[in-house]
Amino acid sequence: MLRFILRRFASAVVVLFTISVMVYLIFFATPGVDPAARIAGRSASPAIVEQVRIAFGLNRPLPIRYLLMMDHLFIKRDLTSYVNIGDKVVPQILAAAPVTLSLVAGAVVIWLIVGIFGGVIAAANKGKFIDPLIMFLGIAAVSVPAYWLGEVVNLITQNQLHSTVFPWLPAPGWVPLTQNPGEWALHLLFPWLTLAALYAGIYARVLRAELVNALNEDYVRTARAKGLSERRILLRHALRCSLISITSLFGLDVGALVGGAALLTEVVFGLPGVGLLTYNALENLDLPVIMGTVMYGAFFIVLASAVVDVVYALLDPRVRIV
Amino acid sequence: MLAFGVIVFIVTACLLAPVYAHVIAHENPFASNITGTIRLNGKTVNVLQANTQGLGFGVTPIGPTWHFSNYFLGADNQGRDVFARLLYGGRSSLYIGASSAVICVAVAAIAGVAAGYFGGAVDWIVSRIFDIIWAFPVYLLAISLSVILETNGINFLFIHIEQGSLTIPILIIASVFIPYVGRPLRGIVLSLKEREFIQAAIGSGASDLHILRKEILPNVAPTIIVFFPLMVAFNMLTESALSFLGIGVQAPQASWGTIINDGLGLLYTRPVVGIMPGLMIVLTAGALNVLGDGFRDAFDPKAKLRGSI
Amino acid sequence: MSDATLDEPVLSVRDLSVTFATRQGPLRAVDGLSFDVGAKEVLGIVGESGSGKSVAMYSMLGLVRDSNVAITGSVKFEGCEILGLSDRELQSVRGGDVGMVFQDPMTAMTPVYKVGWQIVEQLRAHTDMTKAQARSRAIELLGEVGIPDPKTRVDHFPHEFSGGMRQRVVIAMALSCNPKLLIADEPTTALDVTTQAQILDLMSKLQESYGSSIVIITHDMGVIAEVADRVVVMYAGRPAEIGPELDVVRLPRHPYTWGLLGAVPRVDVKNRRLVTIPGTPVSPLDVPTGCAFGPRCQYKMAICDERPILRGADGHVDACWLSDEQRLAIRSQATVRGVADE
Repeated sequence: MLRFILRRFASAVVVLFTISVMVYLIFFATPGVDPAARIAGRSASPAIVEQVRIAFGLNRPLPIRYLLMMDHLFIKRDLTSYVNIGDKVVPQILAAAPVTLSLVAGAVVIWLIVGIFGGVIAAANKGKFIDPLIMFLGIAAVSVPAYWLGEVVNLITQNQLHSTVFPWLPAPGWVPLTQNPGEWALHLLFPWLTLAALYAGIYARVLRAELVNALNEDYVRTARAKGLSERRILLRHALRCSLISITSLFGLDVGALVGGAALLTEVVFGLPGVGLLTYNALENLDLPVIMGTVMYGAFFIVLASAVVDVVYALLDPRVRIV
Repeated sequence: MLAFGVIVFIVTACLLAPVYAHVIAHENPFASNITGTIRLNGKTVNVLQANTQGLGFGVTPIGPTWHFSNYFLGADNQGRDVFARLLYGGRSSLYIGASSAVICVAVAAIAGVAAGYFGGAVDWIVSRIFDIIWAFPVYLLAISLSVILETNGINFLFIHIEQGSLTIPILIIASVFIPYVGRPLRGIVLSLKEREFIQAAIGSGASDLHILRKEILPNVAPTIIVFFPLMVAFNMLTESALSFLGIGVQAPQASWGTIINDGLGLLYTRPVVGIMPGLMIVLTAGALNVLGDGFRDAFDPKAKLRGSI
Repeated sequence: MSDATLDEPVLSVRDLSVTFATRQGPLRAVDGLSFDVGAKEVLGIVGESGSGKSVAMYSMLGLVRDSNVAITGSVKFEGCEILGLSDRELQSVRGGDVGMVFQDPMTAMTPVYKVGWQIVEQLRAHTDMTKAQARSRAIELLGEVGIPDPKTRVDHFPHEFSGGMRQRVVIAMALSCNPKLLIADEPTTALDVTTQAQILDLMSKLQESYGSSIVIITHDMGVIAEVADRVVVMYAGRPAEIGPELDVVRLPRHPYTWGLLGAVPRVDVKNRRLVTIPGTPVSPLDVPTGCAFGPRCQYKMAICDERPILRGADGHVDACWLSDEQRLAIRSQATVRGVADE
């Protein structure tokens, strides 16, 4: 098992390196696009563009430029924004990280519980009314744009029903966990629910399909022939095996979540996380910031996938040999 | 089947929008109309009305008039007709969603099948490309590419694409999802290769092209067909997210995502502008998903003959 | 070899029919099957694929989960009717009184749990052993079925065993609660010939020491000859011939059984081509109203358009309209041509 973990993290490092190269190439080596002009921003004078060119070593060979950029980003950590002159990128990202983490962690917990619950109930009651109902909710959840749902939620809770049903809900914003856990949770409540709603639907659908398949497998037939109760068969045998494929789905989703849906949710609910940082940078085409956030975002995701793979191996003993 | 009907209706309505545009809106839906007026119930009314509530500052666009040819759903903050913009925006969203899905599925199918069937070097190269694209978290990759390419267009060798052209989001969204479709297809071809009927065909001396056409393709086709509506839905959602962020469809063009963005500022005063495009997306994507599910059920090869034992 | 005992039969099946409602019409997988299994007896059920042999046994224990199935008839286990009982009511019978061994050892066990855990699960579902007691019993069982080093291997996962070893584990699990009846569905089909012999040996030994009855389902007459005391030959969901093994193998009555036995390779008769039964197994959707074997039978007569009833003497019956004289004539001709006959 230990060897497996080590190997998995080693390959994560390789992937991280690849991503860093890709990011660099995209932002600084896309043919037909002048990177110095980009970094300097939309309305920079030629003098500033030239300054940027030298500062970033853009007149040096490609590998050197790459190394320089990595240096600025990770080692010296003094990459600065050219739009808000002087603002250092990396500290901003690090300050924003706990917000994103709180949002993602809370939503994950909620959606896993709801999704698994929904999937199990739908599979156990296959064909009865509740099964298609849950599936319908699942499809609805997949078709909704995350940011739009957040807007609608905001509209209802902050504006239209605010005085009647939701007077206890604070205005959108962020309160650190260490400052006031109660407020922290309250501010995150609807962001969590919005984010979880999307994914719970998907997971319930996938789990239901997996469970229905598992219930047709030979080992379920053996378990039944052993005289076990249907409930035990469903939960201890079928569900346990279905969770394995859910785990690999989760691994794929982590990427879309942090970079996409979470980003949009932060924007909509005004949470100062890495996503909001990226969004603001996008508005101004503040290239250094965008590059920084994309890199850090990607790193987090690759790490999370590695962790998920390890969990997968914990769940499925057949994989450990490899 | 209901899903199919919904899609057809929406698609036709949007595609034909320019044809009946003059019926829906008297004004150009893309031009600002801040000082415009319309006739409502016999009275002449400003499209953007002064605020009477609150502090009395600013203007609020008029709400839905429910008159078919006259600002049916009201105006947005530039005085433009929301309903007309929804229809035109729908064209863009659908166009982007569908074309990127076509490109994505086509490229993924060719690459995935080739990799699975020919193996060896071809497989290695294709799989590595898939890995590289997929290693980069999907949305972040789309954002990065869009940021770089959107604002200046592409000017590379013989490829000249204007800034603001819809082709750019189409290509970006298509490329980002290629591994998503390509990997499962490759997997299917790999397991097909092990099956006896393929071995038999190879053994009897059939040419590669023949095997691909007659044996592999019919078995891969159902999966491709199931993937297609799902990818259209997926791509539409991605496009709307990118447009919402400002790096998808660019002004003066509109898509449902950009309209939602427009509606942000008006959310509390004129929610219609923000809510309607979202609803359209939900309906269209939902119908596409149901369609995809329907295809999947129809292609289920499991014989219904014997029960499960 | 055991004659019918005076005690109640362990399993008593009367007129079992299993019909599936399908889009192409009703599918009669099992049609009027009746037999008894006595204490300590080994009953072999033999037939081609699709003859309904597996479905019959599964349907008795409620293991057929299709909602489109109709099961009629009577199945008594130790005198008590078990057909039509609910899942909950059947839970004590399954695994406790009746153990099952399935065909494919590769997929029979849950891949994520250790084999010891799975045996313990069954033990604790039917007895009130503690975890420690159940675990030592599991180790004991693994030893009895011939798994080397059971103390270590009890903590291994199913994929860490080879095919033959895995089947032994499954047998150990099936016997764990000392069942009165063991049902084995093609237990050796997925294994190579040497392992096959070992497993059959093991089953005979265990049957002696545990005293259980066994129903063994197979398509291989060789297996029947090796372990069975009595035989049920099935064709198209219907019983073709039932009787003591030696009688059926030495003096088969039904033309289908002749074909089956003709298909067994024999060491002592030289230069003999394997006899194949002409035609293909009948589809369960198209079973003729008359004798099911009629379309493939070379001795078909006009009366065969009426479904034959099981008749015979001395516990050896078959479903065929041929008279005893006719059969004698056919068999003496066959001897000349070298078809199986002692």
